[in-house]
Amino acid sequence: MAIEAFEIEALIREAFPEARITITDLAGDGNHYAAEVVDESFRGRNRVQQQRMVYAALKGRMDGPDGALHALALTTRVPD
Amino acid sequence: MTDTRTEIQELVDGNDVVLFMKGTRDVPQCGFSSRVAGVLNYMGVAFRDVNVLSSDEMRQGIKDFSDWPTVPQLYVKGEFVGGCDIVTEMTLSGELDQLFDRTGVAYDKDAANKIREANA
Repeated sequence: MAIEAFEIEALIREAFPEARITITDLAGDGNHYAAEVVDESFRGRNRVQQQRMVYAALKGRMDGPDGALHALALTTRVPD
Repeated sequence: MTDTRTEIQELVDGNDVVLFMKGTRDVPQCGFSSRVAGVLNYMGVAFRDVNVLSSDEMRQGIKDFSDWPTVPQLYVKGEFVGGCDIVTEMTLSGELDQLFDRTGVAYDKDAANKIREANA
């Protein structure tokens, strides 16, 4: 059920074409990642709203029958 | 499903601070749940822990209720605060203190400062 870092980035990129996206494989096992997404579209939204947008982009990978990602530490913010 | 939604709503309405987690505050069964429960315990916050592993209905129901795909999930005064990453960020930035101040939830300010000092 593992997923590659580039697959995560591609899913996020689809929803946030202009974003700065950094994916880190935390444990080297394809199951525990950290993602930082910096995008203008987050401006004016709180963290919960921002992260819901990223979760939506991941289309169910976070849970459910296609839940390839057990752990994605998520950081979202607007560009400086 | 409707029953679970009602049950969750009552938990959120009936407790100032509710943590939906895997396991319990004393025996967490996931590192992320453990981290948030640990912060609340350390800060001396009175909170209700709800073990989502107690039933499939609760495990899925809380995700639907909050429109949030992961556990743990923290509610303060009926408001969804976030999951592990958000709570961690808010703890370190002091925003969690502000939230507790604003909503009248008692906590140990010195303990919160110690967490920040240890992670500075």
